[in-house]
Amino acid sequence: MSVSDTHRTIDAIWRIESAKLIAVLTRIVRDIGLAEDLAHDALVIALEQWSQNGIPNNPGAWLMTTAKRRAIDLIRRNKLRDQKYSEVARNTDLYTEDDMDHNLDGEIGDDLLRLIFMTCHPVLPQEGRVALTLRLLCGLTTDEIARSFLAAEATIAQRIVRAKRTLRDRDIPFEVPAGEELSDRLSAVLEVIYLMFNEGYSATSGNQWIRPLICQEALRLGRVLAEIVPYEPEVHGLVALMEIQSSRFRTRVNSRGEPVLLMDQNRAEWDQLLIRRGLKALDRSQKLGRPFGPYSLQAAISACHAKAPTAPETDWIRIAALYEALSRVLPSPIVDLNRAVAVSMAFGPDFGLQIVDMLGNESSLKGYHLLPSVRGDLLVKLGRFDEARKEFEHAASMTRNERERELLLKRAAECNSAH
Amino acid sequence: MRFMMIVKATSDSEAGVLPSQEQFDAMQKYNEELVRAGVLLAADGLMSSSNGIRISYPEPGGKPKIMDGPFTEAKELIAGYTLIEVKSREEAIEWALRMPDPHGFGQGEIELRQVFEIEELTNNDDLLAKETALRKQVKEQRQA
Amino acid sequence: MRFMFIVKATGYSEAGGNYNQKYTDAMIAYKKSLAGAGVLVSAEALHPSSTGIRIMYPSDSEKPEILVGPFLADQELIAEYTLIDVDSEADALNWALRMPVPTGCGEFKIEVRKLKKNLGFLRYSGTCALEADLKDQLSMLKNF
Repeated sequence: MSVSDTHRTIDAIWRIESAKLIAVLTRIVRDIGLAEDLAHDALVIALEQWSQNGIPNNPGAWLMTTAKRRAIDLIRRNKLRDQKYSEVARNTDLYTEDDMDHNLDGEIGDDLLRLIFMTCHPVLPQEGRVALTLRLLCGLTTDEIARSFLAAEATIAQRIVRAKRTLRDRDIPFEVPAGEELSDRLSAVLEVIYLMFNEGYSATSGNQWIRPLICQEALRLGRVLAEIVPYEPEVHGLVALMEIQSSRFRTRVNSRGEPVLLMDQNRAEWDQLLIRRGLKALDRSQKLGRPFGPYSLQAAISACHAKAPTAPETDWIRIAALYEALSRVLPSPIVDLNRAVAVSMAFGPDFGLQIVDMLGNESSLKGYHLLPSVRGDLLVKLGRFDEARKEFEHAASMTRNERERELLLKRAAECNSAH
Repeated sequence: MRFMMIVKATSDSEAGVLPSQEQFDAMQKYNEELVRAGVLLAADGLMSSSNGIRISYPEPGGKPKIMDGPFTEAKELIAGYTLIEVKSREEAIEWALRMPDPHGFGQGEIELRQVFEIEELTNNDDLLAKETALRKQVKEQRQA
Repeated sequence: MRFMFIVKATGYSEAGGNYNQKYTDAMIAYKKSLAGAGVLVSAEALHPSSTGIRIMYPSDSEKPEILVGPFLADQELIAEYTLIDVDSEADALNWALRMPVPTGCGEFKIEVRKLKKNLGFLRYSGTCALEADLKDQLSMLKNF
């Protein structure tokens, strides 16, 4: 094996092992930044030794043992300075390669969970959470993260430094939150994963057909989480949502790099394996026997589209019901507008219009251009073109997006010629 | 990128002999590890070829020929597959190396193959270069 | 949110002189502390305006007019800038006040300006996904 081959192999091993290493080391040294440094030290030692002596049989265990030794050495050196750490050192057993295997399953899973609760902690700004999670749990380099977000490497690097500092300065504990806090904190974790996914999912543009890295990482992290906390229905819900959305990757952009709407996508090209995985994850969520949360509901809606052989065969009644449920757990105008359109598809535009009109009375929606825009579409469906034209013009006056304004004005003009 | 780890058939797997408890446990533990790493997409074992049929087309455009199993050349047969999604070829190799010897008795063989994805089919450099050339040609024609 | 600290030129910086070693050291330490806190985006010092050019677009002509430096060391000249990314305006001001100042070189000015559109690197949210769903649904509404 040449040196560069060894380096590539070590890269691959690092990708598989780094999150586990950092998680276990954070438990020992209680500092995420220090843990990452120690894991890197172990990697550097591996690079030196493996290039000369070859890669050991169990490289994961080798890295773990080496990193832990360094952690404990460090703690011993600081012993006089900090009594607390020396306690930790005394109680930390060094694993040998043999007993590594026994500890892999339960304990490391717990440490990974603690780590993700830390990187997604609410004291961090959203962007800090995303960057730190990609770095520590997905093992991405700063450069890879920067390229995925079209951001400067220095910006991402500094975000990560800042996030680590904040965690240290605020003395954020390495633990799984208990009691009522758990569900809030878990939503924060799921939010970070879904944010990552959406960022990658929406980023496809131009001839950038390659599936964005962070999308795949979000899905992978979701799958990992589903194994560590199998008793949380929303984790499976989120995984289901991401699997089903991913199944449409290859059809959502045409060969010119333009987005293709769901209706026009070639359903034969949807990835059936991912759809099947998504439906299975949704099933796991349902089997836990609690009412669906926002992710499971969105996954269930997505599943309706995935199961329809053709667009006209979509089960709109079920979709309308699911949006109704979603509007209760995730009240927001955009959910209500979706519900209004689904209801129109299921029961006719009269019923959809009733929902939109009720929304129109809410002052919080004043200035939301999608409201008149949807109202306009429903009015067109009812043949009330004069009213529809006014709605489109109104919507056009509200949007700041040039392209959107053009489209809306075009719709308004079409209403004139419809007479 | 997706890779398929193909476990080749052996005389045992073809004879319908189930793996030992030890092998079974090792394989299960390995699959769990794949799941925990979030890389496993699908894994299945196949029944022996005595259960299979072969459809061949000996003459181009002619009628298919149907043959019932079992088939003889064990090395060419597959006994199971595991589909994984990873970031690099090296990572796939690393996972394949971690798979336990599927059969023992010196017959175990795992083949690692990359799965074609639409991106590779459409986004290869040749096609892109051709497209760029075509665009340039069209532009020149318009200007002419 | 991002802020720019603009260090204005002085007669001294325009003459191409380096401020004293104490200032240089303090500036290096300051940048290190910015980086250590994870707020530094970039920091650059500019050559004196004698190496610069100005491209002017007079109102009565479409052609640009090119002026070669040096330019008058008035309020418009910049000598250095530091770009930081912090969580609040208070943080920005705090960092600005800690920026070292050379002694014995006359008046020294640092301008603090907030950068427009702090989009950061996250552009999308869960709402965007729901808006995309709405678009999909509306296209079906129009067609069926």
